[in-house]
Amino acid sequence: MYTGQSVKRVDAFDKVTGRCKYTDDLCDRKAYIARILHSTIANGKVVSFDTSEAEKVPGVVKILTCFDLTEKHYFPTAGHPWSTDPGHQDVADRLILTERVRFYGDDIAAVVAEDEVAAAQALRLIKVEYEEYPFVLDVQKAMEDGAPLLHEEYPNNILKHTQIRQGDYEKAIQEPGLIKVEGWYETPTVQHCHIENFICYAEKEGDKIVVTSSTQIPHIVRRIVGQALGIGWGNVRVIKPYIGGGFGNKQDILYEPLCAWLSLQTGGHLVKLDVPREETFVCNRVRHSIRNHIISWVRPDGTYAARKLEAFSDQGAYASHGHSICAKGAGAFPQLYPCPNVEVDAYTVFTNKPVAGAMRGYGIPQAMWAVESHTEDVCAAIGADPLEFRRKNLMPVGYVDGFSKNENYFDSFNQCLDKAMKAIDYEKKVKKYQNQTGDIRRGIGMAVFWYNTAVWPISLESSSCRMVLNQDGSFQLQLGETEIGQGADTAFAQMAADVVGVPMDKVHVVSCQDTDVTPFGTSAYASRQTYIAGFSIRQTGLQLKEKILDYAHELTRMPAFNLDIQDGNIVRTTDGRVLMTLEELATEALYSLTNSRHITAESTYQIKSNAYSFGCTIAEVEVDIPMCRAKLLNVVNCHDAGKLINPALAEAQVHGGMSMGIGFGMSEKLIFDEKTGRPLNNNLLDYKLSTFLDHPTLMAEFVENPEPTSAFGTKGLGEPPACSVAPAIRNAIFHATGVGLKNAPANPHNLFKAFKEANLI
Amino acid sequence: MYDIKALYEAESVEDAIRLMQEHPEAQIIAGGSDVLVQIREGRRAGVELVSIYGIDAMRGVTFDDEGAIRIGSLTSFSHIAVSPIIQEKIPVLGEAVSLVGGPQIRNIGTIGGNTCNGVTSADSASTLFAWDAIVELTGPEGVRRLPIQEFYIKAGKVALQPAELQTAIIIPKKSYEGYHGNYIKYAMREAMDIANLGCSVNVLLSEDKQTIADVRIAYGVAGPIPMRVPSAEAAGKGQKVCKETVEAFSKAVLEDIHPRDSWRAAKAFREHIAVEMAKRALSKSIELSGGEIRE
Amino acid sequence: MSKQYKQIHCVINGKEREAMVDVRASLTDLLRNDFRLTSVKKGCEVGECGACNVLVNGECFNSCIYLAVWADGKEILTLEGLEGPNGEISDIQQAFIDEAAVQCGFCTPGAIMSAVEILNEGRELSDEEIRIRMSGHLCRCTGYENIFRAVKKTMLKRLGKE
Repeated sequence: MYTGQSVKRVDAFDKVTGRCKYTDDLCDRKAYIARILHSTIANGKVVSFDTSEAEKVPGVVKILTCFDLTEKHYFPTAGHPWSTDPGHQDVADRLILTERVRFYGDDIAAVVAEDEVAAAQALRLIKVEYEEYPFVLDVQKAMEDGAPLLHEEYPNNILKHTQIRQGDYEKAIQEPGLIKVEGWYETPTVQHCHIENFICYAEKEGDKIVVTSSTQIPHIVRRIVGQALGIGWGNVRVIKPYIGGGFGNKQDILYEPLCAWLSLQTGGHLVKLDVPREETFVCNRVRHSIRNHIISWVRPDGTYAARKLEAFSDQGAYASHGHSICAKGAGAFPQLYPCPNVEVDAYTVFTNKPVAGAMRGYGIPQAMWAVESHTEDVCAAIGADPLEFRRKNLMPVGYVDGFSKNENYFDSFNQCLDKAMKAIDYEKKVKKYQNQTGDIRRGIGMAVFWYNTAVWPISLESSSCRMVLNQDGSFQLQLGETEIGQGADTAFAQMAADVVGVPMDKVHVVSCQDTDVTPFGTSAYASRQTYIAGFSIRQTGLQLKEKILDYAHELTRMPAFNLDIQDGNIVRTTDGRVLMTLEELATEALYSLTNSRHITAESTYQIKSNAYSFGCTIAEVEVDIPMCRAKLLNVVNCHDAGKLINPALAEAQVHGGMSMGIGFGMSEKLIFDEKTGRPLNNNLLDYKLSTFLDHPTLMAEFVENPEPTSAFGTKGLGEPPACSVAPAIRNAIFHATGVGLKNAPANPHNLFKAFKEANLI
Repeated sequence: MYDIKALYEAESVEDAIRLMQEHPEAQIIAGGSDVLVQIREGRRAGVELVSIYGIDAMRGVTFDDEGAIRIGSLTSFSHIAVSPIIQEKIPVLGEAVSLVGGPQIRNIGTIGGNTCNGVTSADSASTLFAWDAIVELTGPEGVRRLPIQEFYIKAGKVALQPAELQTAIIIPKKSYEGYHGNYIKYAMREAMDIANLGCSVNVLLSEDKQTIADVRIAYGVAGPIPMRVPSAEAAGKGQKVCKETVEAFSKAVLEDIHPRDSWRAAKAFREHIAVEMAKRALSKSIELSGGEIRE
Repeated sequence: MSKQYKQIHCVINGKEREAMVDVRASLTDLLRNDFRLTSVKKGCEVGECGACNVLVNGECFNSCIYLAVWADGKEILTLEGLEGPNGEISDIQQAFIDEAAVQCGFCTPGAIMSAVEILNEGRELSDEEIRIRMSGHLCRCTGYENIFRAVKKTMLKRLGKE
C-alpha cells in the first residue's frame, strides 16, 4: 500500500535540481513582451489617449488601447465550473481592456514591444485623459444611497444579498435573563503572494490560439478565453506547466484573454505577459475584506438562545467569485455553533478597490476570525471557560446540514482540541498566564474552524481520469486535477498504484496539462482534488485492471476472477503463483500478431457528496505592551482530514496554511490612499508577509477518522490549515492582555490603538 | 533588463572622479540595491551610471594611525558585521547593519550607499550619528572630511559636490573608546524590512559606574533625515545611573523628534515607540557598560 | 540609441565562460537568457523575495539586483552547479526531498543556494542563526518549517553529529 505512506514527492527531484519548467522557462526568446497600462484614477472613464511619444520608442511593436477593442465580449473570470443554467452563471462584467475605469489599476491599454525596456519606456510615455468620478473605498459607505455606483445593474453597489433564517430570532431574544454580546470584527484585504507572479504567453498555431499559463484551472481558462474572444472553445488550447503557487489567485482568469488578444492583434506572434509583482498585488485578485457584525444572546448557563450575523464583503471593482465567498462564511455561521434561532444577512458589495476573488479558505478565514473572536468575547462576557464553552456548543456528532446533506460523523472537534492541547501543553499554560501584570505578558488562545470539501451541491463535482498502459507495464496517469505545489500528483500516483496493483515507479503522472490532451476537469480549488480525484482514479484503475486481467485470461486461460495484479505481476489468487509480469503482458498486448490491443481506461466520476473537514488552532503569544508587539511563541494546528494519503505532505501542507494564517493574523494588510484609491504597499517589502524569523516551530497534528463518503477515506486539507490560526492568535493576545482586537491583523498599528483605548499605554 | 542609458565602470577612486567629471549627469552605483530598484520603478529610468562596485580599494575595515576606525564606503553590511575591529570596538554598528533587509541584501548593500542615498530609515545611519562618525569625501579638489550630521542635508540629499565620492566613514577613537551602545530597530517584521523607527544610544559611564559621563542618542525616521536628540542627551549627561534618569532621558526625546504621520506609521504611534526605545536602548547600553539601574 | 555591450569572463558552475553582455542586463537575465540556467527564478525583481539567489564568489546575492557586467572575473554558482557529472545531487538537495521541504518549488533553488552558503562555512549554527541566514527567502507554501529542518539536518550530518 502506498496510500497512507510518506512517499517522496514525484516532482521533488526535478524541483531541487532546477529542472522543473515553469511558464517563463518554456517561453521562446522570440516572444514579444506585453505590458499593461493601468488606470491612475479609482473611478471614471478614459476620454482619450495620446500614444504619439510612446509609438516612437524603438522596439515598440504595437500599442493597443481600450478603444481598439472593437468586439466587446463581456466575460466572467471566476474559476468556477460553467453552468448551463444562465441563472447560475458567473457575472460577466469584464472586458479585455476597459474604457470605464472602476479601480486604481484597471486595465486600459497595453504595449507590445520587442523587449521589456522598450515596453516600460512606452508605458511611461502614454498620456491618458480621464473623466473622473467620485469613488468609494468603504464597503458600508458603498451601500449608502447616493454613493458612487460602480455597475448600473447593481443598485447600492450590492452584488448580492442572501439571508438565512432559522427559528424566530425576535421572539427568542425576549427570553428573560439573556446576556447580549455584540461586536464588530473586520478582516483586511490581503493577497496570495505566490512567489511566481502570474505569467502567460500566447501564440497562434493553425486555427488555434495556444495559451501557456501559470494557472490552477486550464480547462476553465480555455472556456473563458473562448468567451472573451468570441471564438469556439475548441479553438483555444491551454497549457499549464508547473506553477509557482496559486492559492486561489490563479483560480481566476487573470490576463490570459488579454494575452491571447494581443497575440491575435500582432498577427498571431508569440506574446508574453509577465506581470510584475507590484501589479500582481493590485491587478490580479485579493482576499475579500469582510466586516462582520455579530450579536449573540446567551443564557447564563452558557448556551445560545439566539444569534445574528451581518457580513459586509468588499468585492472590489468586479464580480469575480463574487458572493460565493461571503456566502460560504455565512453558511458556516449557523452550523459551527448550532442554535435554534439564527438570522444571517450576507452582503457582497462593489467598491473602487482591487478585485477580490478566491483565496485559500474561500471566506472561511474571514468568518472564523469573526466567529471565533466573538466566541471568546462571549466567554469573557459570561465568565465561561473558552474550552468548555466550545465543547458544549460546537456542532455535535450526528449533525446533518440540510442543504449539503453533510453529516458530522465523528467527534472531530473534541479530538482535535484534545490533541492540540496536549501538543502545546494548554492546561498548564492557561493557568500559568492568568492574572498577569507588567509590561510583558503571555497568553494562550484557541480557535476552531468549519470547512467543507468540494463544491457539491452548489456546483458540478466531477473528475475524469485516463490511464494508458505502456509496454513495460507502467502507465501514464492523466487527470483534470492540477498540481499547483500542494503535492497532488504524488497523492494521485499513490492512489493509482494501489488500485491497479503496481509499484509507484510504474505510475507516470502527466503533470503538465494541455486542454487538447488532458481529460476534462475543473481543477484546483475548494480543497477538493484528493477527495474527488480519488473517485475517478479508483473507478478508472479498476477498469484498467479489469482490461488487463481480461487479457491475462486470454493469455493464461485462467478465469479473470482468479487473477489479480500485485506489485506489477499477474498473480493467480488461488495459489499466489506469479503467472507473468505486467510488462510481459503489456508488451504482448501491443505487439501480438493475433490479438493486438492498446490497453487504456478512461472514465468520469460525478461526485454527489461533500465532506466536512474540521480542526483547530491553539496559539501562545508574548505581548510587549509598551512596544505594541505580539510575538508568536508556539502554535499548533490539529486537523481531521480523514485518512491521510501522504502524512509528510499533509504535514507540509498544514505548515504552509498556518504560515498564511500567521500573516493574516499578525501582519498582512494591503492599504489604499483614502484620497486617491491608490494602493500604497503593493510590494513584498511594504506588504508584510511573514518571514523565516516571524514563525515559531509550526506544529501539525492529525486525527484520522476515515471519511465514509470518500473513495480513499480522505477529505479536504488544502485550505483548512489557514482558517483558524488568526483568531487563535487574537484570542491568545486577549488572554494575555484583556484586549480583544476588533480588526485583524494584530500588528503594532492595531495593537497601539487597542492598547490606548484600553488605557494599557 | 534595466533602462540604463550608459554604464561607466570605474577601476579606482581617481577613475571614478574622472568619469563623473566626464559624465556630470551620471548617477553613482555602488551595490545597486537602491539605484537599480529606482531604475526599475521608472524614477531613474534612462540614467547614465558610474559603477564604483569594482573598486576593491574602497572595501574593508581598518584602524588608521590615530586609532580611528576607517570603514571603506564599499564595505558590505555583512563584512562590517564580521569585522573583528567592529566586533571589538563598536559591536553595535555590526548589530545595526545586521538588521538591514535580509542576508543577500547585506551582501550587496554598502555602508556608503546606505548613507549617500540620504534616507532617514537607513539602519547604519542612526548608529553613525550616535557615534559622531566622520564622512570622508574624495573629489577633484582632493579629500575632505565632514561630520555625518553635516553630510545629511535633507531627505534624499547629502553634501556631495559634483564629481565627489564618499570614500570612507571614520569613527574617531575619542568617539568610541569606553562607550557601549545599543541599537533598536522597530519594524513590522523580524527580517526583510525597513525601520519604522531606529534608535541608537551609547553611553560612557564614570569609573565607579554610578554616573553617566556621556550619552548620545540618534534616531532614524524621527525626522526627514537621521538625527541626534540634544534634549535627551542633556537630560542624561552627568546624571546618576538610576531609573529616574532613564525616564527623564526618554521623555526628553519628544522635545526634539518630529516624526511624520504616514501610511507606514502614525505620528502618535512613532512618538510613543520612540520614548520606549530610548528607555530600552539606554538601559541596555548602561547594562553593557557594567552599570546597574537602581530605583 | 546604440546598445552598449561588454565582454566578460567568468566561471559559471565550474566552467570558464565568456559572454558579450548588454550592460543593462541583470545577472538573472544573463544566467537565464544566455546560459539557460532557469533555476534562477524571478519573483519580484527588486531583491525582496530571494528566488533569484545565486552564489558569487561564495556569497549569496539576489541576481535580479546585480548587474551582469559585475560578474566579470567572478565565480558564479547556481543550483544547476550542485549536480554531479552523472546527475548525482548534493546532500542538501536530498535533504529538501527527504524533509518534504519542496512544494511549488519556486523558492526552492534560491533557498537551497542560501543553505549552501551556510553549509560551506562548516560550523554549527544555532537554530536562530539558521533562521536569520535563511531569512532572505520568502516562501508561501512551506511556512519555512521543513526548509529549516532540511538545512539543520544537513548541517549536523556534515558535522558528524547526526
